[in-house]
Amino acid sequence: MTWGLERATVTFGTKTAVDAVTLSVAPSSVTVVVGGDGAGKSTLLKALVGLVSLSGGRARRPGKRAIGYIPATAGLYVDLTVEENLAFVARAYGVSGADYRSRSDELLERIGLKEARDRLGGQLSGGMQRKLAVSMALLHQPELLVLDEPTTGVDPVSRAELWRLIAGAAALGTGVVVATTYVDEANRGSTVLLMDQGRAIATGSPSDIIAAIPGSVGVVRESERPLGQSWRWGTSWRVWAPTSALPDNAESASPTFDDAVMIAALVNEGEEWCHGAPR
Amino acid sequence: MRAMVIKEFRQLFRDKRTLGLLVGLPVILLVVFGYAANFDVSKIPTVVVGPQAAEAAGQLHAPFDVVAVDPGGNRSTAESRLRDGTAVVGIVTGQSPTLALMDGTQLFSVQAAKAAFAHMAQADAGSGVETPAVVPDVLYNPALKTSWIMIPGLTGLILLFIGTLITSLGIVRERQAGTIEQLAVMPFRPWDVIVGKILPYLLLASLDLIAIVLLGMGLFGVPFVGSVATFGIGALLFLLVTLGMGVLISTVSQNQGQAIQLAIMFVVPQILLSGLIFPVGAMAEGIRWLAYIFPLTYFVEISRGVMLKAEPITALWIPLVVLLAMATAVLGLAVLRFRRDLAPSARRHSEEESEPLEAAA
Repeated sequence: MTWGLERATVTFGTKTAVDAVTLSVAPSSVTVVVGGDGAGKSTLLKALVGLVSLSGGRARRPGKRAIGYIPATAGLYVDLTVEENLAFVARAYGVSGADYRSRSDELLERIGLKEARDRLGGQLSGGMQRKLAVSMALLHQPELLVLDEPTTGVDPVSRAELWRLIAGAAALGTGVVVATTYVDEANRGSTVLLMDQGRAIATGSPSDIIAAIPGSVGVVRESERPLGQSWRWGTSWRVWAPTSALPDNAESASPTFDDAVMIAALVNEGEEWCHGAPR
Repeated sequence: MRAMVIKEFRQLFRDKRTLGLLVGLPVILLVVFGYAANFDVSKIPTVVVGPQAAEAAGQLHAPFDVVAVDPGGNRSTAESRLRDGTAVVGIVTGQSPTLALMDGTQLFSVQAAKAAFAHMAQADAGSGVETPAVVPDVLYNPALKTSWIMIPGLTGLILLFIGTLITSLGIVRERQAGTIEQLAVMPFRPWDVIVGKILPYLLLASLDLIAIVLLGMGLFGVPFVGSVATFGIGALLFLLVTLGMGVLISTVSQNQGQAIQLAIMFVVPQILLSGLIFPVGAMAEGIRWLAYIFPLTYFVEISRGVMLKAEPITALWIPLVVLLAMATAVLGLAVLRFRRDLAPSARRHSEEESEPLEAAA
């Protein structure tokens, strides 16, 4: 079953937090929602799990027993031990007995917390806390796993481990949606939804999105900022020419996903320029 | 330093609730407590029984307020009136000397009555009129011990503190940590979460209650002459109100500081307005009505009535029914408010297409 949102709109008073965004999450897939702070990622995810009401569009989600969700802020109880945190969600979802033992053992083994069952959640490092939170959301083997910025503020090693955990869940059939502010994490997804100001700027596989960048991208290896729309990239400049030719001093370059994100922010009025997501 | 002062003022003005508490509350408290703080009893509900009841009733004047005259009645008729709380003084005529039964749980009324009798005797001696002597007989608390009447009420006050404060912090903590959103996505109904939150506190508070009552009896010799079951029913209803109030406070508070402020605003006025210290009957008219909206007022009545006077459940039906109504209202309101936090999409379910639980399992 494919879950998701169809032209979902969420408004808070007069402010439109999510504007007609479509998101589809197939089983065994990882969809990465990329966008800056305030782009509407968290609200989109909340709309998907039913935490905020839609003022337009439709949501297609499984029953609560088949959803796993961790919000951006928390994910676990800091005054409960690792084991007690897992036991709480197990009871809530009706995972018990041998099933619980084997699932919790397996997850704790994978996140390296098997020896730390009796440590308080609050005593774990930030990365460990997030890994435990994801494990808690995975304990009942949900059909839809929704993770709001699980890797924010987490060290690179723990990030890699978190993504391995997420990929493992997808491999077992779970449809996963992950929100992130890290552009490099877009490549972890089979589908990427690029958001800006509540709108979907681009949807598709990372390569689809790169291929669909309008105009051409070039590189200028000079210290002066080149004409046209450009941004710093290391010691050089990236230039984007949406309609006209690249400036004379620019060499043509193959666009990257980072370019796509920068261009998305530059595109007029946040107009959608790529929609290659599986329907 | 100037920078600190300006920053502090900015923060203070941002949090309107604290500002209100700081400026408005002292004024309100002074006015309310000023009118409530009154030990002088001006009306003592009195019942007169026995063959000379009518004559004796005619001789009584303020502060005695004759609520019933029963020439066919006897001592036990008067006692039952005192027990069920409809009278504080019962004059039993037809014997010499005339007996004045007094309800020892109404400390200030008894003191006022004793003073009035002494005054009457003095006046009679002065005028040379011969009136039958009145012998006082204080029931339920013969030594007029303050601890006896304070401790049954204090148990309520302690439960109020624990119940309201701790429960209100419990849910706000989930909100601040963000775990409340996870609870909302988990397969819980709002009712499950509220009951799940309250039940442990209810059990703990019940144990607390038993400990406090036993301690009061052991250390201060406070008697427990009434029905444990009646006391238990009253305590349970009272606890449900206080815990429900805690939940309600937490649903309107964004952080623990706000929750504590609101809990204090709910608890502190009850210390002075519940009849625990100042008799409700002696309070100014408007303030007395404030006393009637607080749950502690009713629990004090129940706990004193049961522990000291063995007041039967039939005589306590009003406070019991009021507490039941309060518990229903407070918990109902808490669930409604909580639902907004926990299941916003459930209210508009028809607009969204969701798979039923079973299909997803």
